Amino acid sequence: MDRRASFDNLWLAGALVAPQILLVVVFFYWPTLQALYWAFSTQPPFGGTNQWVGWQNFQQIFTDAVYWNSVRVSIIFATLSTALSISMALLLALMIDRQLAGHKAYRFVYFWPYAIAAPAVGLAFRFIFAPDAGFVSAINQLAPNLWNPALKGWDAMILIVIANSWKMMAYNFIFFLAALQSIPRGLIEAAAMDGSGVLRRARDIQIPLLAPTLFFLLVINITESFVDSFGIVDITTGGGPARATDLMVFKIYSDGFKGLDYSMAAAQSIVLMLLVIGLTFVQFRYVEKRVHYA
Amino acid sequence: MAEIAIRNVEKTYGKTAVLHGITLDIADGEFLVILGPSGCGKSTLLRMIAGLEAITRGEIAIAGRVVNALEPRERGCAMVFQNYALYPHMTVAENIGYALKVAGLPKAERERRVAEIARIVGLEAFLARRPSELSGGQRQRVAMGRAMIREPKVFLFDEPLSNLDAKLRVQMRLEIRRLHQRLQATSVFVTHDQIEAMSLADRIVVMNQGRIEQAGPPRLLYTEPATRFVASFLGAPAMNLLPATIVAKDRARMADGTEIALDPGRFVVEIGQAVEIGIRPEDVLIVWPGSEGAHALEVEFTEDMGSSRLIHTRLGGMGFTVLQAAAQIEAEGTLAINLPEDALHLFDAATGLRLRRTGATVGVLASAAA
Repeated sequence: MDRRASFDNLWLAGALVAPQILLVVVFFYWPTLQALYWAFSTQPPFGGTNQWVGWQNFQQIFTDAVYWNSVRVSIIFATLSTALSISMALLLALMIDRQLAGHKAYRFVYFWPYAIAAPAVGLAFRFIFAPDAGFVSAINQLAPNLWNPALKGWDAMILIVIANSWKMMAYNFIFFLAALQSIPRGLIEAAAMDGSGVLRRARDIQIPLLAPTLFFLLVINITESFVDSFGIVDITTGGGPARATDLMVFKIYSDGFKGLDYSMAAAQSIVLMLLVIGLTFVQFRYVEKRVHYA
Repeated sequence: MAEIAIRNVEKTYGKTAVLHGITLDIADGEFLVILGPSGCGKSTLLRMIAGLEAITRGEIAIAGRVVNALEPRERGCAMVFQNYALYPHMTVAENIGYALKVAGLPKAERERRVAEIARIVGLEAFLARRPSELSGGQRQRVAMGRAMIREPKVFLFDEPLSNLDAKLRVQMRLEIRRLHQRLQATSVFVTHDQIEAMSLADRIVVMNQGRIEQAGPPRLLYTEPATRFVASFLGAPAMNLLPATIVAKDRARMADGTEIALDPGRFVVEIGQAVEIGIRPEDVLIVWPGSEGAHALEVEFTEDMGSSRLIHTRLGGMGFTVLQAAAQIEAEGTLAINLPEDALHLFDAATGLRLRRTGATVGVLASAAA
């Protein structure tokens, strides 16, 4: 079906889309072009116009061990927080879908975290996981110095993974619940008649039928954890300790705005952008080819 | 042995009562059809037997064992769903064999049984396909195969034919009947289609508004409907029902003064009682104009149905249909008819109950009165 509206009056059509185009250009394309320009040029130390340096900035970041560390840390972060948020969301959605007592109230509550801004999430978890005063300090009462995200790299990583997953879980939950509720009740009943119990039904019927949603959420979660994790890192760990949580997006910020090395930050932005574009492209191709039953 | 005993079963959703105390016994190996309009509670009753709906009050026992608290898988029933409910991500073979896989049968045994069932339902060539690659009739067969492979004691059918086109429906109906004769499993079949019910059932249960109106063999329900509802629901074209008042032991009068003669020996009536007189369109006699007791009717239009012709007229201001063999002369203008006294059914207008014949032996009316 052709759902495009067609306009005879091109001027009117242009006028109607102009505000949107303007927004996209000002806030997306212009900064992107600016970043491209910075990435291929460098600023003289004592001011003046930028000099064109070709691939030099990129060569520099790709030979920098600190940069590869941030790539490694980002991948760990993306993998862990995607796995955690998706599996938790799936578990909660499966429970709610069973319509156990109180499911309506829980359904509301589970979506709330997504409405909270990342820095606020970070702040909350910074307090919760504070080794001396937070809820988790009870662990340190039992085993002194077992938990200290300010000193231990893995503790810091766990902290930001949990904070990010907690937020993304809410988003994933809504998608999973909607997908579960669109599975015809008859299929679940047929499986029950076939002798399949609750867990077996989830494994054999529901989760396979959720595959399209699952792939969509994988793309969204990985992308989000690469580009949208700045707020949490900035408030909780500040990239530390010893760059253990120095995610790519956080490194861009600290190199650019703290180190004032715009060119290097811009080059890293371009790399991150290409990475996300590539990831999205590959996964959507895969989704469209493999995961449809209808 | 897998007889089903349903005792005083009730179902309520919140404050809305859907089933009001259903009591029904289904014999081992019987093919029982539950017939009723949508919303009468027939599917709910079936789903309660299956274990897909909780039983609010009362008791259901299968093969002597009360199953109220049992999970569907523990009841030994298999069910064919209206929309087939095939697993879209599995092949035909996986769909049919899923129950065996869950039961943990070894792969070789599973494959052997699936092949055997596929042969019975005629799907050998399609085992590797997905449900989306099958036609409606083939999907129906997969659903049947999936139910059969468990060798259940009880088959439950929830309007399984209503998504098929008319021709396929007739064909599948025959196959279901054939299958029943072969497997001899107790079968409960829910439908709103009275032709399906008449042709499949050993016994029909007509339900309306959460109650059983009448239960009995198809023929009995057709010839001696216990209530006005059963009379109007069974039979196509539907029975003519004419509201009238008893004015004498042998006469009833309609609102416009038309009088209908009754056989005083067949009914117990009181003078002044409001009744509905029923007659099936095929029981109406076409007579010579002016003969004794004839009613002259204006023909509105006729429907040619091939082997017969349906004549639409009005009697006493009410719509009235007459079924005429197609070979007879075409009726035009006016039509003289006679209402044979022994073909009339009489129902009380207030209760809808059949007014019994005096002295005559009457079949199963018990459940309607209960």
